[in-house]
Amino acid sequence: MNIFHDANRKQIAGRRRTDWLLHILFVTATSIGVIALCALLIDILLDGVTRLQPDLFTNFPSRKADGSGMKSALVGTIYMLLIMAPVSFIFGVGAAIYLEEYAGKNRFTRIIQLNISTLAGVPSIVYGILGLALFVRLLALDKSLIAGALTMTLLVLPIIIVSAQEAIRSVPKSRRDASFALGATKWQTVSRSVMPSAIPGILTGVILAMSRAIGETAPLVMIGALTYVAYLPEGLKDSFTVVPIQVYNWLSKPQVEFQELAASGIIVLLALLLLMNFSAILLRNKYQKNV
Amino acid sequence: MQSEALQSNDNAKNAPVKVDAYKFKNERVSIMNKVMPILLFLCASVSIMTTIGIVVTLLTETYQFFKTIPILDFLFGTKWSPLIPPKSFGVLPLLSGTLMITVIACLVAVPIGLASAIYLSEYAPKKVRKVIKPILEVLAGIPTIVYGYFALSFITPIIQSIFPSAGIFNALSAGIVVGIMIIPMVSSLSEDAMSSVPRSLRDGAYALGATRFEVALKIVVPAALSGIVASAVLAFSRAIGETMIVTLAAGSTPNMTANPLDSIQTMTAYIVQVSLGDTPHGTVEYGSIFAVGMTLFVITFLLNILAQYVARRFREEY
Repeated sequence: MNIFHDANRKQIAGRRRTDWLLHILFVTATSIGVIALCALLIDILLDGVTRLQPDLFTNFPSRKADGSGMKSALVGTIYMLLIMAPVSFIFGVGAAIYLEEYAGKNRFTRIIQLNISTLAGVPSIVYGILGLALFVRLLALDKSLIAGALTMTLLVLPIIIVSAQEAIRSVPKSRRDASFALGATKWQTVSRSVMPSAIPGILTGVILAMSRAIGETAPLVMIGALTYVAYLPEGLKDSFTVVPIQVYNWLSKPQVEFQELAASGIIVLLALLLLMNFSAILLRNKYQKNV
Repeated sequence: MQSEALQSNDNAKNAPVKVDAYKFKNERVSIMNKVMPILLFLCASVSIMTTIGIVVTLLTETYQFFKTIPILDFLFGTKWSPLIPPKSFGVLPLLSGTLMITVIACLVAVPIGLASAIYLSEYAPKKVRKVIKPILEVLAGIPTIVYGYFALSFITPIIQSIFPSAGIFNALSAGIVVGIMIIPMVSSLSEDAMSSVPRSLRDGAYALGATRFEVALKIVVPAALSGIVASAVLAFSRAIGETMIVTLAAGSTPNMTANPLDSIQTMTAYIVQVSLGDTPHGTVEYGSIFAVGMTLFVITFLLNILAQYVARRFREEY
């Protein structure tokens, strides 16, 4: 009897020890991700902070690292966002409203839905190939701002549709019932009852999608966003560059000075992203209580 | 709300007096009711059109490409030298480069991501979880070009100090960084799967005297296995399509090598390399972008379908 008892005790102690060891292992594994993030941020800050001067924002890129800036890239990124945001908002939210409010439960709807989730998994460079063939060549938009913005619109559409669908779905059914009970038509219900309460969620999704777009490099490299632009684009068909491409351009130069410039460009890019994500969170927190 | 209801009640009483006005308004409304569904449907069909656009452009250009380069030479050729004569278009070196990056990335991301998911879902106190989860998700939002810089300026020097034979461009550095990038994907999707395992299963195991790791590894992980496998497959697919990190850090030498310290070239990096140079439309090099893009698209597409299938087919229903 006693022997069994001891064996049991030993076994339990062993299992406790395993539990403890694994706990430590799991904590370590989790902290690797956090440490990697810290290392990345610190590495970039240390490298880039010296070049983070007004020149960076007011000057055009030049052959010499000193005094080289990314004015054209910053402006290009902002112009691209200004074109993308309304276009992708209209098409993305339109598609989401259709799928949530109008579409019947049939085969076609299922295909669209499946298609959207598949598109979200397509590598961004494939969108670049599509943009190259469709906008640059077929529609002869050339390597222009509008071609880049449209390519990026297609890239972020699935993200916007999915988040807008979630926002619309989270509007309680009672709101729609109340609106119908007052004699509103379908469109009145959707536009005046469902949309106002879904819009904060939708905007959050749109902002997050935009922040994805300003970091994307590959599709724009594909459609040939120039890497050296010493002027500001003035029309939709002007050639352009964006911040990540400017960073890529600096990174591909061997000199240390340009690597530092790239790091400071990255700091600006990350600050922009932080700002957008922060505003998305604020928006969500502000309106979450009211629904 | 209430006053609106009252108002419409009032209107109903007065309705017979202003019939014409109401008819007019209703007609206008009914136009919206007829037009909007069509417009919204058109918006939704943009996504279908995107897919069709992708497939059609890839197919037509790839078809042109296969007219000059036999498809078997492309699929099974072991030499990729599209720019320097004698030109040769065998995609296997690019595939093996892509595979190496992806395997390294998954070796990094799957264990770390899964362990993080177990920690967050089974061990971590609520407060810790609330802090750690968003931090991990920040990793997913960082632009890939930033990771590329990180690989070049931080990971590569570390690798070079451990293995002096490693070049500036090597597959290991790029693979590790791609792995870091996809950690949040594995961890958040796996955690979702684990937290949907019902509490009663855990309670049952605890009641039988199980420790936490036994509950985690013998109850929760098996129950959530379909979601975990699906997350790993999705991460794999994401790593295959990753572009800027490998372009910057893995180099541009299409090599069939098993040495992760060598410079290699992935499919995505090749596409970027060609499109950076000014390749005229209609040349074989131009066509090769589409052939490689097609290969990339087909592989990631199949993997995504596989992930969805695994998640659905093998899900344990409770």
